Amino acid sequence: MSTPAVEFRDVSMRFGDTAALTGINLTVEEGAYMVLLGPSGGGKTTLLNILGGFLEPSDGQVLIRGEDLTHVPPARRPTTTVFQDYALFPHMNVAGNVAFGLKMRHVPKREQQERVAQALDLVGLAHTAGQRTHALSGGQRQRIALARALVVEPSVLLLDEPLGALDLKLRRQMQHELKIIQQRVGTTFVHVTHDQEEAMAIADTIVVMNQGSIEDLGPPERVYLRPGSRFTADFMGDSNLIEGQVVTRRGEQLTVRSALGEFELPGAAESGTRVTLAIRPEHLDTDPGDGRLGLGKARVLECGFFGTHHQCDARLESLPDPLKVRIDQKRLLRPGEVLDLYLDPCDVVLLTR
Amino acid sequence: MNIRALPAALYVLLLYGFIFLPVLVLVLFSFQESRLPVPPFDGPSLAWYRAMLADDRLMDALVNSVLVGVVSSLVAVTLGFLAAYALARHRLPLAGLLRGLLTAPLTISYLIIGMGLLITFNSLGVPKSLWTIGIGHVVINLPLCFAIVYSQMGAQQAHAERAARDLGAREWQVIVLITAPMLWPALFASFFLSLTFSWDEFIIAFLVSRFDVTLPVEIWSMLRSGLNPKTNAIGSFVFLISFLFVLLLDLVVLRKRPA
Repeated sequence: MSTPAVEFRDVSMRFGDTAALTGINLTVEEGAYMVLLGPSGGGKTTLLNILGGFLEPSDGQVLIRGEDLTHVPPARRPTTTVFQDYALFPHMNVAGNVAFGLKMRHVPKREQQERVAQALDLVGLAHTAGQRTHALSGGQRQRIALARALVVEPSVLLLDEPLGALDLKLRRQMQHELKIIQQRVGTTFVHVTHDQEEAMAIADTIVVMNQGSIEDLGPPERVYLRPGSRFTADFMGDSNLIEGQVVTRRGEQLTVRSALGEFELPGAAESGTRVTLAIRPEHLDTDPGDGRLGLGKARVLECGFFGTHHQCDARLESLPDPLKVRIDQKRLLRPGEVLDLYLDPCDVVLLTR
Repeated sequence: MNIRALPAALYVLLLYGFIFLPVLVLVLFSFQESRLPVPPFDGPSLAWYRAMLADDRLMDALVNSVLVGVVSSLVAVTLGFLAAYALARHRLPLAGLLRGLLTAPLTISYLIIGMGLLITFNSLGVPKSLWTIGIGHVVINLPLCFAIVYSQMGAQQAHAERAARDLGAREWQVIVLITAPMLWPALFASFFLSLTFSWDEFIIAFLVSRFDVTLPVEIWSMLRSGLNPKTNAIGSFVFLISFLFVLLLDLVVLRKRPA
């Protein structure tokens, strides 16, 4: 097996009495696009700073391409960073900014020029080489920051909420470009964000972080469709979380009783265990379809239009809290209307933590 | 002109008159023909400027002033910048106290500083010279340079410094290639303010000098032998130089910069 690009071994970080990270074990494969996703204070930026060398962990080791770099300062690490505020050097022009890392590595002048030109070409900004950075737009600065970090050919590129300062439209466009550039250069990217859509759109692997530990880890589809914990189910998009209890266990097949009825679900838990069932709003349907389970009648409380769909809060007799339900874009619903709700049991996710 | 604006105009006239009339009188009578700088004005004549330029002691003092000013200002800016960098970028024990002690000399009168230096130099056996004047000027200008540079060290520089380290810059490269160029306006402003203060400073230069003196000290010894238009000429000249410093400072640093 090849050496992974990055390996965190039992990394912990304490600031005074507060634990920012506890026992992180994480491997990033060479050439992967990994996204660290979580709410503020989840520890994702701390983990990135430890990888970049801006923080030394209280415990544990950081290996980059198999080499222990836990206590090596940023200047001597094979990592570079795209910062949230870009941190371009305002007293240099675009080419000067991009050439900075090469200059620090004593790359010959001629080669510097070639590589700067290539890097600017890669981000589509070759024509700005002689311009001052303050003349550029937010999206352009972001790309210059990317070119400046990539030109030195780091083993791992770190991106600290790189799209956070851009407006939504530009952000969606840039995330697409980031993915394309990453595939073209093949460098390992580690990207921090709190935007779930951004994470799902670009990541090969999503790492969901909360309160200093890893909640869930996997490809975007798996993390969204089969979340590993209550936190992930709730944080990644919308979920209806319903309390339940395991009543019987036959091998890997469980019967769970909840206010919505009894479900036969695969899983591993002793009978009597309290569990949570997660149901995505788009998995609740008003059409019985083929083999869907009837949940009963629900009264619409509120309804909002989201362009691609409507989302409603609807209350079932059997449940104390309203359910979030996704309704077809063309169907007009008014508060007070009554819907028949159906659910395919395959879409129910069993959460034991 | 509107009649109601008259009191305001009068007020402005009086205010500016109060500030600039003495200077104008000084400059005017530097062009006096006869030996006494008192009315009636019988110029204009450049005779006293000629006399000034021909006065070797005065010209030596001028060169001394420039030397002391440039060297002491460079030292004050360098030390002030390094102190500001240390206090802004590193967590130091007793940082508040250090900061306070650095700026404290601003509140002490030049007379007290001069006396303190005189006593110290005497007891250490340091001979009085241009060097001791220079040290005195560093003492008074360092707090100013520190305060100006420190106030301009913001998050933007800190982030750029972080990016430079991330790209492989060593600590001295960060300071020379990133921090100092980004703080260029503040460094320039503190250098020229220091130069202006050193150029004008009398009491410390008087107390800690002996044979080689700076221009203000030389002017003072000329005044002891009575007023004559040559002192007016040299006074006008000193004023002109200070004015040029301030003008330069204004043009380069204080003009509106693109964001």
